[in-house]
Amino acid sequence: MEVGLSHYLTVAAILFTIGIFGIFLNRKNVIIILMSIELMLLAVNINLVAFSSYLGDLTGQIFAILVLTVAAGEAAIGLAIVVVYFRNRGSIAVEDINMMKG
Amino acid sequence: MQSPFHSADLTTASPELLLAGGAMALLMFGVFRGKDATGPVNVLSIGLLIAAGLAVLFSSSGTVTAFADGFVVDGFARFMKILTLIGSTGAIILSLHVMRVERMNRFEYPILILLATLGMLMMISANDMISLYMGLELQSLALYVVAALNRDSVRSSEAGLKYFVLGALSSGMLLYGASLVYGFTGTTSFPQIAAAINHGETGLGLVFGLVFIISGLAFKISAVPFHMWTPDVYEGAPTPVTAFFAAAPKVAAMAMFIRVVVGAFPNITADWQQIIVFISIASMVLGAFAAIGQTNIKRLMAYSSIGHMGFALVGLAAGTEDGVRGVIVYLAIYLVMTLGTFACILAMRGRNGAVENISDLAGLARNNPMMAFLLAMLMFSLAGIPPLAGFFAKFYVFLAAIEAGLYVLAVIGVLASVVGAYYYVRIVKIMYFDEPAEEFEPMPVSLKAVLAVSGVLTIAFFVYPGPLVAAAGSAASSLF
Repeated sequence: MEVGLSHYLTVAAILFTIGIFGIFLNRKNVIIILMSIELMLLAVNINLVAFSSYLGDLTGQIFAILVLTVAAGEAAIGLAIVVVYFRNRGSIAVEDINMMKG
Repeated sequence: MQSPFHSADLTTASPELLLAGGAMALLMFGVFRGKDATGPVNVLSIGLLIAAGLAVLFSSSGTVTAFADGFVVDGFARFMKILTLIGSTGAIILSLHVMRVERMNRFEYPILILLATLGMLMMISANDMISLYMGLELQSLALYVVAALNRDSVRSSEAGLKYFVLGALSSGMLLYGASLVYGFTGTTSFPQIAAAINHGETGLGLVFGLVFIISGLAFKISAVPFHMWTPDVYEGAPTPVTAFFAAAPKVAAMAMFIRVVVGAFPNITADWQQIIVFISIASMVLGAFAAIGQTNIKRLMAYSSIGHMGFALVGLAAGTEDGVRGVIVYLAIYLVMTLGTFACILAMRGRNGAVENISDLAGLARNNPMMAFLLAMLMFSLAGIPPLAGFFAKFYVFLAAIEAGLYVLAVIGVLASVVGAYYYVRIVKIMYFDEPAEEFEPMPVSLKAVLAVSGVLTIAFFVYPGPLVAAAGSAASSLF
């Protein structure tokens, strides 16, 4: 069986969906949310690189590298905020993030 | 081979370069100066924002593109950049007094605002999915940190955490949409996407990508159904930060929204129009009904801003030049009213520190008649009662919607603004007819100045609407 564009897109779509569900269905730990966000961005990267190779156009790969860079910055800031939150609250369980309704 | 880099590109992006260089220089200054750096950094940041505004004003007119078409400066970009810079400057001025009193006056705050503003300017000028994403992330990353600025408060760090998680989710959705659009059109540049669609390269994948992009953008302007972060972040973040969130980022995100749908997808209007009509109706209705039961004034302002973004989207839903002009006028007036209202909210300080409940405003008319009068006027303006500016803002967007044949949308919008008037007028009733509560501390000069300017502009628009409407008209025409 030939592995074509649609296979890559399917994998990316599945990863992206897992990422979104990981954010909304997870009741345990904020770190898992950070991992889900990372998963979503990696799904996007698979998409971009697959399209880039399919179209024979480099733009998608450059976009993917920029997304990787931004994802690193985002993870750094996310972890910093989680640390600040833990110092104040003594817990990073998702069900404890409820000082304000909503 | 021709070099892709031209020195003229640097001139085109001079306001952004000014802010980027200035922010980094101020960061060094703050680090080496130590504890007493906050005052000078605040002043220099305001100066830098004004200098960037002048650089925008005096840049050459017409449409200029730079960096291989990834960056565009046209009338629309110039107007929105000026609005954004006014919003950021106002936010720093509003923060001066409160940050000092609350012992939160770190020099990082104005610098983070500068970096967020730089991101916003990039978003407004973005003409390519890549530059749009970079601008958006620069703005968002700075805003996540600013929301959690009060490190020792559980509520502030919780606001930062919630904003971060939902903001990252929305960036991810926008990016997924961008990757699909890239795949199905073969380009990330807005004009080329529009050209590819014109050639008939439409399909389910493209519409799918468009829906994801619009979801991501709707998150950034806090439109329903992607509004859940707004009330919590507004309530939890320190009040000066909330004032900033309500003003400049909304303007920039809406400008980006307009640029994407009008610049990249002008030929499939029918596909995005129905989505925007839906989120517009949902935002207006939720903003009107959910605000009624609120007791915290910051939470109330959050629902109010959700509603206002719904009204602004009415103009965009029309998809015409008049519609976009309506949105631009709406954003300008919304910015002025919001900064004035937050000047009043920041002035709500009793002897034991800041208070945030609507009931704390009781009897303000007897304790501080001038502030009560101006706040009442701003409330009437936010509700859209003539002859104040807020009425004309709504008038232009509804007019555009009716001309585009969206009668149902316009009727629902008017009904939602009637329901919304209830909670604005309730604040006026509490200030004028309830038994006086504890008196507030006297209002500091910086807040008075912002409130006075906002109050004067709210009235002056009725007397002298020409300049703003004409400028908005020429800004809108540069997009079509």
